Amino acid sequence: MNINHIKKEFPIFDEKIQNNDLVYLDSANSSQKPKVVVDRINEFYTKQFSNVGRSVHYLAVAATNLYENTRTSVQRYINAKDQNEIVFTKGATEALNLVANTLGQNFFREGDEILITELEHHSNYVPWHFLRKSKNIKINFAEINEAGEITLEEIEKKITPNTKLIAITHLSNVTGAILPVKEITDLAHSKGIIVVVDGCQGAPHLKLDVQDLDCDFYAISCHKMYGPTGLGVLYGKKKWLEELPPYQGGGGMINEVNKDSISYGDLPNKYEAGTMATAQVIAFDYSIKFLESIGIDNIMKHEAELVEYGQELLKKNNSVKLIGNPRNKGGVLSFTLEGVHPHDIATILDEDGVAIRAGHHCCQILHDKLNIPASARASVGIYNTKDDLDQLNESINNCKKIFNIE
Amino acid sequence: MNLKELYQEIILEHGKNPRNLRKTEGFNKDAKGNNPLCGDNVHVYLKLNGQRIVEDASFEGSGCAISMASASIMTDLIKGKNEHEAKEIVEDFLGMIKENPDLKSENLNEDEKTKLMCLSGVKQYPMRVKCATLSWHTLVSAFDEKQEEVKTEN
Repeated sequence: MNINHIKKEFPIFDEKIQNNDLVYLDSANSSQKPKVVVDRINEFYTKQFSNVGRSVHYLAVAATNLYENTRTSVQRYINAKDQNEIVFTKGATEALNLVANTLGQNFFREGDEILITELEHHSNYVPWHFLRKSKNIKINFAEINEAGEITLEEIEKKITPNTKLIAITHLSNVTGAILPVKEITDLAHSKGIIVVVDGCQGAPHLKLDVQDLDCDFYAISCHKMYGPTGLGVLYGKKKWLEELPPYQGGGGMINEVNKDSISYGDLPNKYEAGTMATAQVIAFDYSIKFLESIGIDNIMKHEAELVEYGQELLKKNNSVKLIGNPRNKGGVLSFTLEGVHPHDIATILDEDGVAIRAGHHCCQILHDKLNIPASARASVGIYNTKDDLDQLNESINNCKKIFNIE
Repeated sequence: MNLKELYQEIILEHGKNPRNLRKTEGFNKDAKGNNPLCGDNVHVYLKLNGQRIVEDASFEGSGCAISMASASIMTDLIKGKNEHEAKEIVEDFLGMIKENPDLKSENLNEDEKTKLMCLSGVKQYPMRVKCATLSWHTLVSAFDEKQEEVKTEN
């Protein structure tokens, strides 16, 4: 499939949004859905629906196979060693909470330290904060440099003999910095430290090989990957998923239940209690195949071109100040406009059909560090074009006109 | 939808140069308001005399043009009004932002009403209503000496 004609695969771009063509620049928040994924949900509910993993009737067996096919596709997409290392969750947030909660039960002792970064989304900070409270452990922050990056040297500097775990984003949802995950993992493992990666922005935009990255856990958000909402993936090394206790109790995750004892099921069932987001999992298979049909190398090339184009455009625009200038940058353009609050920017852009995000993007620590209450963020996906970024720039100029700025 | 109605000249002017953006010396009432989703925050200060008349009103905080202009206009309007009158103005304003076509309060002169009506443009922007109302809810909280921070998520 040719990436230059990909927009037509997404039905939402046929819609008029308040009489405008949609210029969707909010994919870091959530991506739009291709027709094949939307249709797949409909088809499953219309013709194939059954719960999975329980009954022996025809539909149940077929649905179970479809559900497990997605697990195999995810395994292939991220190059995991074993398909039992793929656990479905209700989102990346739940995936990170699962890791913090299950590791927290036995692994941490008072005085232990967790190292995170100033770039982390709240979902890769708050779950660790729970442990700070309950286990009396300390959280340290690796600091960003001038470019809005986290360097390997900074991580090395912040590791202490008490560091038990490092939790980092793969790609910052604000500065766009891509972290040297493989190098950080090498360093961490040489000191016996576990590495957890928040891959929400990494998985949709970067070539993934979890065996090469060698991280212990990797969390994925499916709705940012052109897939359905209500679904996430936790990749965990088999040794961890086998060793750690279950997260939630319920049907489907057990082996045997007696009045005085319970044994738990094998991987991955152990972590998938209750009826899962069945239709979403089954449709997500089509998201992965859709991405594979375009080719991740083509996606990365396309998005890198867009980011470079957008960056140059905004750099030339007086009064626009880009946040971060990382050497290794993903498809995120965060900025402030001198004299105009980001919420006013977002409202004015929206009038032209340009959808961006304004606020702290769930990264309050980072915005405090940058000494700004909020920022505006345009983020790209596979369907965006240079025309979209031209429209962004033009609408920013309209903001300046309304607010009488040069 | 009409951007011109939302960003009227008077809003832009108050947003750029907010009146009473300071801390009242010797204030005897205050309250904080916060909009956790967008990060806007406001701290309202009041100095009431023995007859509960607002001798001075001021605010500190940061936010968008709408929220700054709203706090600016509000603190200007309630000066010289007593608590009862000020609360009536708040109700009138909130009613106007939500559903009423205009202001009914007898505690405002025509000039003051015109100024407040400038904020009516947010009606068409449901996501922005809370920007306009945060400081007003915070004002009531200051009068009532509520300890809890005001949040405008509803």
